[in-house]
Amino acid sequence: MAVSSSRSAAGHAPARPVYIVDGARTPFLKARTGPGPFRPSDLAVHAGRALLARQPFAPEAIDQVILGCIMPGPEEANIARVVALRLGCGDRVPAWTVQRNCATGMQAIDSAAQDIGAGRAELVLAGGTEAMSHAPVLWSPRMAAWLAQWAAARTFRQRLGLLGALRPAYFKPVIALLLGLTDPVVGLSMGQTAEIISRRYGITRTDMDAYAVRSHQRLAAAQSEGRLDEIVPLFDDDGGVHLHDDGVRPDSSLDKLARLKPFFDREFGNVTPGNSSQITDGAAWLLLASETAVEQYALPVLGRMVDSQWAGLDPRQMGFGPVHAATPLLKRRRLGFDKIDYWEINEAFAGQVLACQRAFADEAYCRDELNLRGAMGEIADERLNVDGGAVALGHPVGTSGARIVLHLLKVLEQRQARRGVAAICIGGGQGGAMLLERA
Amino acid sequence: MSRDDRLVDTTPMQVIELPGVEHWRLHRDDDKLLWLALDCAGASTNTLSAAVLGELAVALDAASEARPRGLVLHSAKPNGFAAGADIRAFDDMLDPDQTARQIDEVHALFARLENLPFPTVARVHGFCLGGGLELALACRHVVADDASATRLGFPEILLGIHPGFGGTVRSIRQCGALAALDLMLTGRAVNARRARALGLVDRAVPRRHLDAAARHFAGMWHTRREPAWWKQAVSHGLLRPLTARALRHVVARKAPEQHYPAPYALLRLWARHGGDETRMYRAEARSIAELLTTSTSRNLVRLFMLQERLKGFGREAGKPIRHVHVVGAGTMGGDIAAWCALRGLQVTLQDRGAEYLGGAVRRAHRLFERRVRDRYERLAARDRLVVDLDGHGIGRADVVIEAIVEDVAAKRALFRAVEAQARPDALLATNTSSIELGEIAAALDDPARLVGVHFFNPVAQMQLVEIVSGGATRAAVAARAAAFVAAIDRLPLPAQSAPGFLVNRVLSPYLQEAFSLLAEGVDTAYIDETARAFGMPMGPLELADTVGLDICLHVGEILAAAFGGEVPGVLREQVTRGRLGVKSKAGFYEHGKRRRPAAKGRRDVAAADVRDRLVLRMVNEAVACLREGIVADADLVDVGMVFGTGFAPFRGGPLNYARERGVSEVLTRLRQLEAQHGARFAADSGWDGFGRDAQ
Repeated sequence: MAVSSSRSAAGHAPARPVYIVDGARTPFLKARTGPGPFRPSDLAVHAGRALLARQPFAPEAIDQVILGCIMPGPEEANIARVVALRLGCGDRVPAWTVQRNCATGMQAIDSAAQDIGAGRAELVLAGGTEAMSHAPVLWSPRMAAWLAQWAAARTFRQRLGLLGALRPAYFKPVIALLLGLTDPVVGLSMGQTAEIISRRYGITRTDMDAYAVRSHQRLAAAQSEGRLDEIVPLFDDDGGVHLHDDGVRPDSSLDKLARLKPFFDREFGNVTPGNSSQITDGAAWLLLASETAVEQYALPVLGRMVDSQWAGLDPRQMGFGPVHAATPLLKRRRLGFDKIDYWEINEAFAGQVLACQRAFADEAYCRDELNLRGAMGEIADERLNVDGGAVALGHPVGTSGARIVLHLLKVLEQRQARRGVAAICIGGGQGGAMLLERA
Repeated sequence: MSRDDRLVDTTPMQVIELPGVEHWRLHRDDDKLLWLALDCAGASTNTLSAAVLGELAVALDAASEARPRGLVLHSAKPNGFAAGADIRAFDDMLDPDQTARQIDEVHALFARLENLPFPTVARVHGFCLGGGLELALACRHVVADDASATRLGFPEILLGIHPGFGGTVRSIRQCGALAALDLMLTGRAVNARRARALGLVDRAVPRRHLDAAARHFAGMWHTRREPAWWKQAVSHGLLRPLTARALRHVVARKAPEQHYPAPYALLRLWARHGGDETRMYRAEARSIAELLTTSTSRNLVRLFMLQERLKGFGREAGKPIRHVHVVGAGTMGGDIAAWCALRGLQVTLQDRGAEYLGGAVRRAHRLFERRVRDRYERLAARDRLVVDLDGHGIGRADVVIEAIVEDVAAKRALFRAVEAQARPDALLATNTSSIELGEIAAALDDPARLVGVHFFNPVAQMQLVEIVSGGATRAAVAARAAAFVAAIDRLPLPAQSAPGFLVNRVLSPYLQEAFSLLAEGVDTAYIDETARAFGMPMGPLELADTVGLDICLHVGEILAAAFGGEVPGVLREQVTRGRLGVKSKAGFYEHGKRRRPAAKGRRDVAAADVRDRLVLRMVNEAVACLREGIVADADLVDVGMVFGTGFAPFRGGPLNYARERGVSEVLTRLRQLEAQHGARFAADSGWDGFGRDAQ
């Protein structure tokens, strides 16, 4: 089993302070029927324009644009550059695209922080975008081979032969989204990995559903109390105005969720669409700045990115990723759980977040898997995902990592708190964690 | 060589001197190809004046003497190949015989070009219109830049004439009669790819290959392009008269012959001589020489020149305008923002809440879909329009335009806030149509900063924008506003702030009179038909329905308050009943699937009476505006009414109409109407001065 520790080279604090000065995101739009109104680049452009419009500097003043995206459209090669140009950053601002599966958005922030920390940049625009409703439907490899032969066929005879070789099964479409949510090495779907880790701690269907209901209620409360001011509205071509995360179900209840059938392990599983994160479109940006840039433009500081950590673990138990990443991070900074005011742990699955909470508190797990002498501690429910999470508002894979960092900073600000950790589990068996502080 | 006619590749060029020639330049390259550049001296745009054409003869002599392998004709101006004949010269072409002789000479010159003993190629970029396109077509081949800036067409019909430098013959030869007549009858310009499909040009290629394409065709003899047999078929002697008759019917639906003779002359020309090029050239010269003397053509040419004069108001050499902030995303604000984004400006659009902006974004996208062919340019236009709920754009914009509700207090409060945030050099503009500028400006620390920029609905179709100065407005501010309007391809008309400014003020009596006629029981459709027969694009009642009856009522009330008179009951009644015109699907007409008048009425009133009541009230008001100095002179009144309301263009505007009809006759008519219908027809005191000038 993979072991991560503070010895890992995957985490180190930046040499210069890294500030996060502003951020914005689109409302998250639940995928309903077919492709939504925005492509990944459109989402990123909309959020980015609103963010840049309120800055005291011109878009050309940015040193670098880093954007995460797992499934850019075929016309969006190096989508970061596409978006940077569309945002008016100009020809001279370089841009690159990052990917670390579910933590892609967090990777963009980490890469930006590294550039600023190392003195390679003063001002970096970083974020993530994903339009999961636009995930392509593909031909099978056999059909692709057949089409290539057809294109190469010269004579009528050859074509006739090829027509005879065509089989109905070739027409079966390949849904890229489902493939993307299946681990390509161990062959488990993400939902099945959540089944594994929740079974390990005996987390019941009712526990999961109760968590999901709370996530919806917390998001609904945050919406009605106006705590999601990082959202900028989206306008589609048909005059539609999108103001809020539309996956929220304020009327969600245990009764309603109990009626849903398990999706991944159909007969004996517990993970249902109701207690999993939703398939959603959305983009989020953060603006990172060095001390020099903060002073030069008199930028208001939202918070500081203090340190980050990446960790690898068993792909079959990828949901424990936050535990494996946050532990060495906090150990290195010599911070106990009592020093962490708020947590954002991405809700890939309700059972997965619950399992992380249990693992942190489990002496055996911490000893066997993390080489600790005792348990890390308990994360109190009222300090974790206080405004709901991906179960209620969705998990656009390229975006969520940036969203939780941005929202954690908002939580710290709104609640006058000092320190927080954003952590995320990563399909393929990794975890990412970021330590943030209000200045 | 200037930077702009630099060839893409760097072939060494040798100059061939052309003594005494100032508009053309001739070079020879190492491949023995000649490059003949048109570079009109002292102008940024090439036009084919008599001097330019005279010198072309000299250049062609020199070219023949050089015995090249081929010749490439191109332009040294960045904006295009050539814009056409020199329209200023049309004023002197009053004698058809003399004009026809001059045109015969041009025909001979173009025939020489066409028959040179080596291949000739026109290398076209930017606009290639009218005479410019005719010059290109006289070359054996045409290659064109495929950028969207390349526009080829025959806009002559818009000036009441048709092509006259052999274009009628050569375009039909290249494209077939139907396609060529379509171009000449509509006056529309096409891009290079469309021109290639039509047969107008041999190749539409990217700029990077334009010279290579020109070399290809100039280097050796190539087969000329020719329309497919089925495109030539309609020109056959048996089919031609039938086709011409069918086309006449189509044209008649848009433009009656007594008002617009040119399309009919063109169709006649082709019907009679389409089978014989030599005779058609001669007949073309004769036909156009006569058209140039028609009042329609003279009025349209005058309007064209006036349009140039309006553009001239926008020629201020200030800092370029890049960013416009629009406050108010209603129909006007939203459409102004969309139009600015379409014309390449960065736009921020603000309103009270996101829910007010969806409609504006939708309409903007519809506009871009319609107007921008290239999907990448369309995306860029969409990205330039940014919704800005918090007004962050105010502090960055070069221009801030207010288009919120017509409420003085709201506008004052807004401008106070805007003045505090905007850059000190930013232009502060209001799109108010009914509030006196001074009332709003009073709220500013510097009232001289405020200017009215009054767009008309629909913004994308109405070219005119009134630049309204209040008593305090600084002249430099008005000039900058005009420059902004010109930069977005609209026509700035400087006007003084008085209720209704120029256009609504003059239009209003026309609408009022239509309401009076209606109140007398005259038939709705009859009133509108009469106005259309006069040449208006729309009758007054259709117009009122389109504008919105509530808006008509509002403007009517303001004008009534300012100038006396009363708002007609019929209008108020409609509004009270919630019948607001097109937007509520009912007004003076029912706007269902098919439009029909809401009521029928009398048709026993003489059409001439209806017409004079409608039109002369408008003319009378125009004279009043002139007297009050709302705009600087009579020409500006005319051009304002034509481009602001669509006033019958071939009549040259209301004051020109009065002049042509005769001032004393108009005054007699007004006196008669005053006796019959009351004081609203009393001749304005400004007629004394206007009558004197019109003599």
